[in-house]
Amino acid sequence: MDLSLTPQQQAFREELRAWLAQNVPLAQPRSARETMQERFERLRCWQRRLYEAGWAGVAWPKEYGGRGASLIEQVLFLEEMARAQAPPLANTLGLALIGPTIIHSGTEEQKQRFLPKILSAEEIWCQGFSEPNAGSDVAALRTSAILEGDHFVVDGHKVWTSYGWAADWCALVVRTDPSRPKHQGLTYLLVDMRSPGVQVRPLRQMTGESEFAEVFFHQVRVPVGNVLGEVNAGWEVAIRTLMHERATLGATLTVVYRRSFDRLVELAKERRRNGKPLAEDPVIRQKLAQAYTELEIFRLNQMRAVSRASSSGTPGPEGSILKIFWSEYNQRFQQLAQEILGPHAMLEESSPEALDSGAWAYGYLRARGNTIEAGTSEIQRNIIGHFVLGLPKSY
Amino acid sequence: MRYELSETQLLLQKSAREFLASECPMTEVRRIAETPTAHDPQLWKKMAAQGWTGMIFSEEFGGMGLGLVEMAVIFEQMGRFLLPGPFHSTVTLAGPILEATGARTLVETISQGTALATVALVEETAELHPAVWQTRATESAQGWRIRGRKLFVPDAAVADWVVCAAQREGELALFLLKSDAGQLADLKSMDLTRRLYAVEWEDAPAELLARGQAAHMALEHALNVATVALVAEMVGGMQWILESTVSYAKTRKQFDRPIGQFQAVQHMCADMLLWTESSRSALYYAAYALQERLPDAATAVSVAKVYAADAYRETGNRGIQIHGGMGFTWENDLHLYYRRAKACESLLGDNRHHRERIARHVLNGSDSASGSEQKGNGWLSK
Repeated sequence: MDLSLTPQQQAFREELRAWLAQNVPLAQPRSARETMQERFERLRCWQRRLYEAGWAGVAWPKEYGGRGASLIEQVLFLEEMARAQAPPLANTLGLALIGPTIIHSGTEEQKQRFLPKILSAEEIWCQGFSEPNAGSDVAALRTSAILEGDHFVVDGHKVWTSYGWAADWCALVVRTDPSRPKHQGLTYLLVDMRSPGVQVRPLRQMTGESEFAEVFFHQVRVPVGNVLGEVNAGWEVAIRTLMHERATLGATLTVVYRRSFDRLVELAKERRRNGKPLAEDPVIRQKLAQAYTELEIFRLNQMRAVSRASSSGTPGPEGSILKIFWSEYNQRFQQLAQEILGPHAMLEESSPEALDSGAWAYGYLRARGNTIEAGTSEIQRNIIGHFVLGLPKSY
Repeated sequence: MRYELSETQLLLQKSAREFLASECPMTEVRRIAETPTAHDPQLWKKMAAQGWTGMIFSEEFGGMGLGLVEMAVIFEQMGRFLLPGPFHSTVTLAGPILEATGARTLVETISQGTALATVALVEETAELHPAVWQTRATESAQGWRIRGRKLFVPDAAVADWVVCAAQREGELALFLLKSDAGQLADLKSMDLTRRLYAVEWEDAPAELLARGQAAHMALEHALNVATVALVAEMVGGMQWILESTVSYAKTRKQFDRPIGQFQAVQHMCADMLLWTESSRSALYYAAYALQERLPDAATAVSVAKVYAADAYRETGNRGIQIHGGMGFTWENDLHLYYRRAKACESLLGDNRHHRERIARHVLNGSDSASGSEQKGNGWLSK
């Protein structure tokens, strides 16, 4: 066990810090009333700036525009970005999930074609896995692809597609052989969202925003060259994407959550009840200490998972532990914030009395989705039960 | 950056595990737990022969000079096998105080396995705050005399020496007493593997070890080390409960299938794994932070203690629940761990104590790069 960074890793971090200190203030600021589309364009510009300076795809191979560094540097990058309060990158799914899957399972031609444009944000990606009748049981999906000459013809309906409305490309899982058992008839396709027959309809979430969308495919033609991996072997490829989803998200969240926690502590020191700062109330002190304890555990679990993935090369099912932990932590934390801050915490951005521009009201509602998105807590516990502990499958 | 154990540390883990599996199987644990003091001198000799009694003391004090991560590795195995007796109190609580206060001869005899020692701190209120401790030291022509009553003193009946915290002219001081100088009463704690005592002294002769700031620092240091060792035992105990329960869930059948196939059972097992692994992450970070003197070391120790205390108890709750009626029997070993879990939660600062210690760090920012011990984020400051 040795948690120190190598001199190269320290140098990497210092160089990055200096770059962020100079460039974060130059990024276009968030305007109060910007639309989702305007926000997206702003983030796309920011990602391009990072790409041009060589900071996008830290752990990706150099020949495809990456930096060729290790997973540790990648995590340092995410942490420093969050610490500098830099805007997020536009191509979240392309960078965190789909790019790494293409690096692992793609042909040389696919890597050359897709990876540099993921990094430069020239092509934004979305993920087409879930369907109205295939949520937790995603392998039951029914969107079909039938081979006609050198094209697949795709028909079906995907849902909960984050950034579907902004995407240029979609990592789509389809059924190519309905006669086989459900996990063995799936294929992973890379689909141009500008193809005729693709229709996107934004979905409004309980927070009021539309991060995700429904996507309809009607007789969409996809060249066979856009199959990722083998035909009918799409499940293994999809699982890899899902494991990346569980393993990498945490690095950013540890810092984002710490910032929220620190802000809550600040507020607890400023705001008074019974004439005394909330931070002097013994009950609140106990609860804040408990939240800090859990936040630390999350940071340490995350650090341990990264260390393990960087020695074994690929994220494993332990990612499910992280996913359960951060999603349930955030729900407890948001409730604690409501409890500490009182009625002001429920006021939304448009309220004249809103606290922190309605961030606490938004945070509370948004957290409700955490135990559902990226695999529900129930599915994560099934995965741990079966794949980690070796208990018999329940379904 | 490498969070996992090194090859050498893994070898140490393996040898500790093999030693305990052969020398301290559950039949032995039960036999020793039924003796009046829960201590087996034969087992002690064998552990001393391994060098374990001197594991964390410097070589100049006759020890092995292992780091705290290595200590945690061995204690994790001790917790897994539910090692009974005074090892924890002698080696991780009394030992570090004696080493820090320069009691070289005694540390050497502890390292050799020929002396046992314990520490007497809390009193009627069970608070880990020197300000409320009433035990007094007075100086006479014959030397120092101690008068007072201490509670929750571990293994006092088998210890040769007792380190006692007392008030001396309004400041904290640490004294060393022969164990037969006081009156003992077994407190009948629910942990059958580790005895706790009340100890009362009426003008008992004592030797001054340290006072004032030096006493505070020695005590802080020992409490941090002992807590890391205790958390390591807790992680080992959780691991045992997890493995026993998962294996039971795979073989016990109801409704013609293993109960582990039911999601209600699977999800409890998944939570047990989550608690155990999360406690392990916190344990090794705390051990590493203390060993490397990182600025957040003291807080990391409290974080590990708070989390592991809840985790061990809840892992025990689920483990017994999944075992059903069998889990509630005396014959099943689960209750021995469940009892230990409660003792671990309550001793060396309960969760209320440690959360307040964390709150001081988080709300008052009292940790600093120069180390927490001087900066009032200690165990002992109110």
